[in-house]
Amino acid sequence: MASVSIRNLDLSFGDVKVLQNLNLEIEEGEFLVLLGSSGCGKSTLLNCIAGLLDITDGQIFINDHNVTWEQPKDRGIGMVFQSYALYPQMTVEGNLAFGLKNARVPRDEITKRIKETAELLHIEPLLKRKPAQLSGGQRQRVAIGRALVRDVDIFLFDEPLSNLDAKLRAELRVEIKRLHQQLDSNTMIYVTHDQIEAMTLADRIAIMRGGAVQQLAAPHTIYDKPLNKYVAGFIGSPSINFLDGTIEAGTNPVFVAGDSRIGLNRYEFSNGGTMPEKATFGMRPEHVAVGEQASGQPFTAEISIEVVEPMGADTLVWSHLGGQEFRFRIDGQTKLSSGEKVIIGFDPARASLFDADTELRL
Amino acid sequence: MSNPATLAVTAAGADAAAGMMSDPRGARPRKILSRRNIFIYGTLTVVALYYLLPLYVMVVTSLKGMPEIRVGNVFAPPLEITFEPWVKAWAKACTGLNCDGLSRGFWNSVRITVPSVIISIAIASINGYALANWRFKGANLFFTILIVGAFIPYQVMIYPVVIILRELGVYGTLTGLVIVHTIFGMPINTLLFRNYFASVPEELFKAARVDGAGFWGIYFRIMMPMSLPIFVVAMIIQVTGIWNDFLFGVVYTKPETYPMTVQLNNIVNSVQGVKEYNVNMAATIITGLVPLLVYFISGKLFVRGIAAGAVKG
Repeated sequence: MASVSIRNLDLSFGDVKVLQNLNLEIEEGEFLVLLGSSGCGKSTLLNCIAGLLDITDGQIFINDHNVTWEQPKDRGIGMVFQSYALYPQMTVEGNLAFGLKNARVPRDEITKRIKETAELLHIEPLLKRKPAQLSGGQRQRVAIGRALVRDVDIFLFDEPLSNLDAKLRAELRVEIKRLHQQLDSNTMIYVTHDQIEAMTLADRIAIMRGGAVQQLAAPHTIYDKPLNKYVAGFIGSPSINFLDGTIEAGTNPVFVAGDSRIGLNRYEFSNGGTMPEKATFGMRPEHVAVGEQASGQPFTAEISIEVVEPMGADTLVWSHLGGQEFRFRIDGQTKLSSGEKVIIGFDPARASLFDADTELRL
Repeated sequence: MSNPATLAVTAAGADAAAGMMSDPRGARPRKILSRRNIFIYGTLTVVALYYLLPLYVMVVTSLKGMPEIRVGNVFAPPLEITFEPWVKAWAKACTGLNCDGLSRGFWNSVRITVPSVIISIAIASINGYALANWRFKGANLFFTILIVGAFIPYQVMIYPVVIILRELGVYGTLTGLVIVHTIFGMPINTLLFRNYFASVPEELFKAARVDGAGFWGIYFRIMMPMSLPIFVVAMIIQVTGIWNDFLFGVVYTKPETYPMTVQLNNIVNSVQGVKEYNVNMAATIITGLVPLLVYFISGKLFVRGIAAGAVKG
């Protein structure tokens, strides 16, 4: 049973089409992350699910009820916002109770639920305080509590951690994950532009661009087998290397970029073997081996190092391969310096190959 | 020990220390009696005196008897302080047929101002809230019409309004004037509230909707408690505007229902007998007292409201 189902959703503001023919099925208890750069329509989609925006066309089902024209309060959703959106004139307790009072929940039931929620989120000592007296992390905890206390089926998170500093963000990220494990029947839809949040939290990630879903898959599938060039470039840090070149088709196809010839017989073609002439070869910097480890790899090349960027745990090295810029990541302990020549190697089976024209995975 | 790198660091440290020993850079803070300060405070004092002097003359004159005024020195403090002009202005001065002073007009003004302010602010704030947060179809057109209305000169509308009030059967009554004030206060106050509510974070509004609050629930329990400063601003604008209004008062009321400003005019501009400057001054001060009080009391509230709102919530 799909918990949230979006069918042929369209949304336009005047002539501007923000979301186009969007379909999405979200399972009960699933943690779905909507990931994309700003302006891709991910928050808009979340607002449509919440009922805060009237959609132009299509339908939305929640727990198999058609909620397309229902008010937000009747959809069984709780929402957490980037700016916390706590009611400034109310205490934490008042903030938690607001939704329950609107739903005319009996008073003793409200007290009980607030107590449970406060315990779960460790905010009991804060109940009598006003939002202005809380730190950012505490405020976001209260905001999560406000969604939690209403005992809803679906949680919508709209970039909840973007206003927090890096340390708090990591803490709360784990906490949200723990919360999802505790409430395993609750569906969570989480909007973010942070790929680390997406990778760590999601059961599935929907990568969005220009109002459409580019790929919807488990985090590892998205990382290993991106469906198109945009997804490949969006996921991964440092980002993937793209080499433009041509394919020599045949029984042993070869990708040629400048003076480099990369054998593709280990690469799993997913499109059934029709090969375009021009293609883009994608290789993640972290899948490149250097020096002795490189020698065992199916593809090896000698390159000269241009720039070395030590980042502590590992080091990013900039060089050229086949006449094009090529970065790779090595262990922070390995000492390399610019101007040096080294052997690098990788396994083309781990690469992603895209049609240069359609940008789709081959 | 003699590692060159270490040596270099030590040398750099010594340089830094030498830098600390030297005089601080930049100019010292200015003295209080600098030329600049004298100029600024001098100018401010002159301007303040310029504005306060008329008030001083009014207060001083209102406390003098007529013989003393005839001497002609308007700046001289009163030799014999008398409150007789104040009493006369309040209770005995003649305006047309009635000789019961400003007291009648005062209560008329109160009965005009209080309902006008309350009704106009209530409607304008709901207007502004609806326009800012519930973007209904035609909201922009409605808003444009309202604002255009604010730019039409009052003189153009005086006679049509007379006809409307007459047809409604409220011409010459306090109710009629309250309606007029409420309507004419609408554009500016709606604009004021709309802009203020538009500055309230949209997510707060969305959160309240998800929490199940409706149009009125959000207005009364989220927006209104957050907006004390703008309510005070609107109140100041409306109270002073309506209290000081002369044009509508004189056109739409009858002698029994004249507001205070119209009565004041009748006292000051009466052409019979001796010009009682002391009574005129006292009457003017009494009339101006209400807006003055509003400024003093709500000014404090206003500042407090802004300060409370400035704390990021």
